[in-house]
Amino acid sequence: MFDTLSDKLQHALGDLRGKGRLDDEAISKAMREIRLALLEADVNFQVVKDFVAQVRERATGQDVLKSLTAGQQVVKIVHEELTALMGTGDSRLAFGRPPTVILLAGLQGSGKTTTSAKLALLLRKDGKKPALVAADLQRPAAIDQLEQLGRQIQIPVYRKDTQDPVEVVKYGIQAAQTAGQDVVILDTAGRLHIDEDLMDQLARVRDAAKPTNVLLVLDAMTGQEAVNVAESFFERIAFDGVVLTKLDGDARGGAALSVKAVTGKPIKLVSVGEKLDQLEYFHPDRMASRILGMGDVLTLIEKAEAAVEEDEQALMEARMRAGIFTFDDFLAAQKMLKKMGPLQGVLKMIPGLGNQLKDVDIDERQLARVEAIVLSMTPKERSMPHLIDGSRRKRIAEGSGQTIQDVNKLLSARKQMEKMMKQMGKGKMPTLPGQLTKTGRR
Amino acid sequence: MARSWSELLGDAEGPQESADERAGFFGRLRDSLGKSRRALTGELAAATFDPGNAEDWERLEEALIQGDVGVRATAELVRRLEARNELNDLNGALAEEIAEMLGEPATLNLPGTPSVILVVGVNGTGKTTTIGKLAQKLREHGRTVLLGAADTWRAAAEEQLEIWAERAEADFVGAAHGADPAAVAYDSVEAARARGKDVAIVDTAGRLHTQSNLMEELAKVRRVIEGRLEGAPHETLLVVDATTGQNGLQQARLFGETVGVTGVALTKLDGSAKGGIAVAIAYELGLPVKLIGVGEGLDDLRPFDAQDFARALVAG
Repeated sequence: MFDTLSDKLQHALGDLRGKGRLDDEAISKAMREIRLALLEADVNFQVVKDFVAQVRERATGQDVLKSLTAGQQVVKIVHEELTALMGTGDSRLAFGRPPTVILLAGLQGSGKTTTSAKLALLLRKDGKKPALVAADLQRPAAIDQLEQLGRQIQIPVYRKDTQDPVEVVKYGIQAAQTAGQDVVILDTAGRLHIDEDLMDQLARVRDAAKPTNVLLVLDAMTGQEAVNVAESFFERIAFDGVVLTKLDGDARGGAALSVKAVTGKPIKLVSVGEKLDQLEYFHPDRMASRILGMGDVLTLIEKAEAAVEEDEQALMEARMRAGIFTFDDFLAAQKMLKKMGPLQGVLKMIPGLGNQLKDVDIDERQLARVEAIVLSMTPKERSMPHLIDGSRRKRIAEGSGQTIQDVNKLLSARKQMEKMMKQMGKGKMPTLPGQLTKTGRR
Repeated sequence: MARSWSELLGDAEGPQESADERAGFFGRLRDSLGKSRRALTGELAAATFDPGNAEDWERLEEALIQGDVGVRATAELVRRLEARNELNDLNGALAEEIAEMLGEPATLNLPGTPSVILVVGVNGTGKTTTIGKLAQKLREHGRTVLLGAADTWRAAAEEQLEIWAERAEADFVGAAHGADPAAVAYDSVEAARARGKDVAIVDTAGRLHTQSNLMEELAKVRRVIEGRLEGAPHETLLVVDATTGQNGLQQARLFGETVGVTGVALTKLDGSAKGGIAVAIAYELGLPVKLIGVGEGLDDLRPFDAQDFARALVAG
């Protein structure tokens, strides 16, 4: 079994690393896998069709990056397209002349009441003074629930004993404003998008409340229906954005993509846990990875970006083999090392070096000082170190805040290094350069 | 003819549901399954389906996928249809295969006094509402019922269940917010025994199947019930929202592993969602659907009937 899309694509496309173009056959195979992956993630089948067509168009005839397999290349394209698709549109909430009214609506059980409280808490952290209005008169004890949540986070909750939610929101907004609250969040009853009466009622609530933001609350586990739900709600209350709930589960959340695709409205917030502070602003790239069902996709994209550097690396290797090691090479090597993480760990991974390094304490700050010295050289000095005479040494020492002795040490270490490389080029094992260690072994 | 409550409960006789009511229900399910949307195979023009045409097969696949049946169960259904010699009546054949996949008619296993039903599921699927309606139906069929509010987490969950208990004239056992749910479950079973109730239904807090600490808590609730009464819980129902997509499979799998689910209650079928995830769950995990929720009214909880469900799913 292949768990991730990249595995599947890898299997379908074989190892075409760095070999020319994505041809039609490879692309067709890849598109089939992508289609299945998206369907299993609950992206609406029509949206999948359109999306796959778009990806196919972009992938056709593309060169495969040197360090990537064809499968990885396709995933990279898919991920980028997904991120782009979900990332468009303003994901911020709008704030107008106070009070800013935020209306939450959605199906039963999508999480409106909890989201209302979470949103109030989030906005208070942003410096607002939010209030809640309990306009869900349908579900038994829904008002109690909101009041209890309000008490937990010390946010005022307004209610009114009536059968008409329009009255409740009018009263609630008025009362909150009088009390000096600048944001009013309206919790409404869950309703089916095909229930005409209740959808009419929701439209009336909307008209009466004149909200600055209308948010559709949508369960991340929603299946193919998400499209119908979103379209119906959009038709009646023209929501501005979506709150995606229950993302702390393992649902891929393809509904997010469907809703964005059919209404054009962005996901604004995501709920990632039961605790009241677990409501966050939306990150399209994370969502894209999730829908594709691949924790590994980010690593992969990083690999893709590192591809260019792999070319650089090859170049450096060639220079080293030829026994050339200038300070430019030093800086390039330094840059690569930094990307790989703590030096101690990296060096230990090099076969044969691990044992030698056992008792050697690598001082990363020492490395930073060395870098400062190199950066104080002119480009010409870096590429032709033999130019560096006494007065240049003095200037470099002053420029880098080190002593002339430090500069001298580095210069001789480079010479040694170059000598070592020449040996290595001839197939001899090197000894460890002392410059990298605190103990300064030579 | 739709399945009756008496059949679901294994009663030789019970309050007769008029033919009207039952036929009305079939109409209603069809109505709700077909409401404001095309039939599953609507676009397919089943009458002109050509088994030799790859595009027709692809459209059939899409129709099933669109119903949340899922990729694997869809592939299997298509395979079974392809294996048939003739497909003059595509809808009929598809309904047959789906019903076959959904399995034999299930019963609610309520042998003792008391029998215990444990109700579990992710947040917002309609556990509490389903319990309220089930209590009502059981009472109509001559059972005395006690409801236990072991959802001590969600604010006001206890109040919500208590309101349902009043409506269904059932006894009620509750506890303070934040109390140990296993203790409430214990008290509920204990009270049902002491008062000679026929059925105790234990409500639990909604929880995502990925929250291992909450799943562990649920396992403990089950263990405590087991320990208090041999053979209990007699039924462990997983409540699944019909709008749920493929994650429903994962829910059924993990709740099944933790508390041994015996059946599914598929809720919110009155929306336009087709509830095809039930087919995927039955196909991949062999779990039967026992109840369906088709509306907000007390009578809108019904015994599941695979034939009706399949026909309604396909024909719209």
